[in-house]
Amino acid sequence: MREFIFLGLNSIGIIAIISFFMGAVITLQTAYNTENPIYPKYLIGLGCRDSIILEFSSTVSALILAGKVGSNIASEIGTMRVTEQIDALEIMGVNSASYLILPKLVATLIFNPFLTLMSIIIGIFGGWTAGTFLGVITSEDFIYGIQYAFIPFYITYSLIKMVFFAFIITSVSAFQGYYVDGGSLEVGRASTKAVVFSSVLILLFNVILTQLLLS
Amino acid sequence: MIRINNLSKSFSGHQVLKDISVVFEPGITNLIIGQSGSGKTVLLKSIVGLHDVDEGEIWYGDVLFNKLNFIDKKEIRKEIGMLFQGSALFDSLTVEQNVRFPLDMFTDHGLEEKTERVNFCLNRVNIKNSNLLYPAELSGGMRKRVAIARAISLNPKYLFCDEPNSGLDPLTAIVIDALIKELTEEYNMTTIINTHDMNSVMEIGEKILFISDGLKCWEGNKNEILNSDCEKLNDFVFANSFAKKLRDSIQA
Repeated sequence: MREFIFLGLNSIGIIAIISFFMGAVITLQTAYNTENPIYPKYLIGLGCRDSIILEFSSTVSALILAGKVGSNIASEIGTMRVTEQIDALEIMGVNSASYLILPKLVATLIFNPFLTLMSIIIGIFGGWTAGTFLGVITSEDFIYGIQYAFIPFYITYSLIKMVFFAFIITSVSAFQGYYVDGGSLEVGRASTKAVVFSSVLILLFNVILTQLLLS
Repeated sequence: MIRINNLSKSFSGHQVLKDISVVFEPGITNLIIGQSGSGKTVLLKSIVGLHDVDEGEIWYGDVLFNKLNFIDKKEIRKEIGMLFQGSALFDSLTVEQNVRFPLDMFTDHGLEEKTERVNFCLNRVNIKNSNLLYPAELSGGMRKRVAIARAISLNPKYLFCDEPNSGLDPLTAIVIDALIKELTEEYNMTTIINTHDMNSVMEIGEKILFISDGLKCWEGNKNEILNSDCEKLNDFVFANSFAKKLRDSIQA
């Protein structure tokens, strides 16, 4: 339960804020780049929806979570390693890797897809808010656009990607933290490595999964 | 009783422990002393199984510990309590949860029974009204005592202490030493303490093993240590000018 709160619930705020503003920016940029009478206005809503669902709510959110959750996991486990708390678990006969990492893995695998869904809803809402309040699109056109040519599999695709990304973030970060050797400086380095390696792997798997799922 | 036969350990080709043999008896405080970097902590961690040894045997009673698999080692580890240099309390748990942790892991007692045991252990180490505090809110001495309470919560047969007095003032250090000695006698535990604190050596050194550069150099007790003819031990024991003057005045 503690892991659900620390790794899941505590990430809602940052994901909500970033999703809202990304949705707003995507809508405005799409609008300014399609200022041509031959393009119907509802394409702005469609562009916002597809950008949010296909890329932002899974990949960009995962990159943000790699920074927040990944560094948290690596530094927590790394600190436990250098302060001998992991040794204390081993002495007691507890499988420290399983005891420390499994709950985090379960929490992120279950919770991150919910963050993705939340991000999709808030992102599209952000797009609608910016588009209608700044007068670049009417509410009716935007709502028509987000319903137009909708492919439900895109949601599944986004959720599948997030499950993979959640596994990458947790396992890479936990590995970096678990095998820290040294002191606080090394914990900091492990935390940085966790974010960098997770981010690179997320981008790599984004390409692989997109090819596998959408081709 | 713990018996070590011809123990050797190396890291990346550098031999840290060389052919160490020793017997640690129950009911008395067994001390491993030596300079920083002499191999004390590696020896202690090898004995508890945190390091795999290159050669040698580690016997816990009649059980050859270092040849056991993970599951069988777990049975022995239930009988081990360890006090780490930095206490190693779990930061995210309260004092009560820390002491209850081994009980949660290895017993099927109810919460009431476990809480009773936790309070008994905390009382035994003179920690009162601190059950709900977190380790960060405790002083160094209190953290050590909570760690001792956690170490004895499962009534261990073996107690290991790695530098129990590091970072403590001399008075608190004596209190911790006295507590470890009392508990050792009370529960007839086999207690092994790593230290380089001469106050501890003179206070509770019922059996002392001196190691230098990974080699066993001397074995004896606190009454014999001042009259040893081991040069390295004498350099260690009479390291400061006050101790040297004291030795010279005794000899004179």
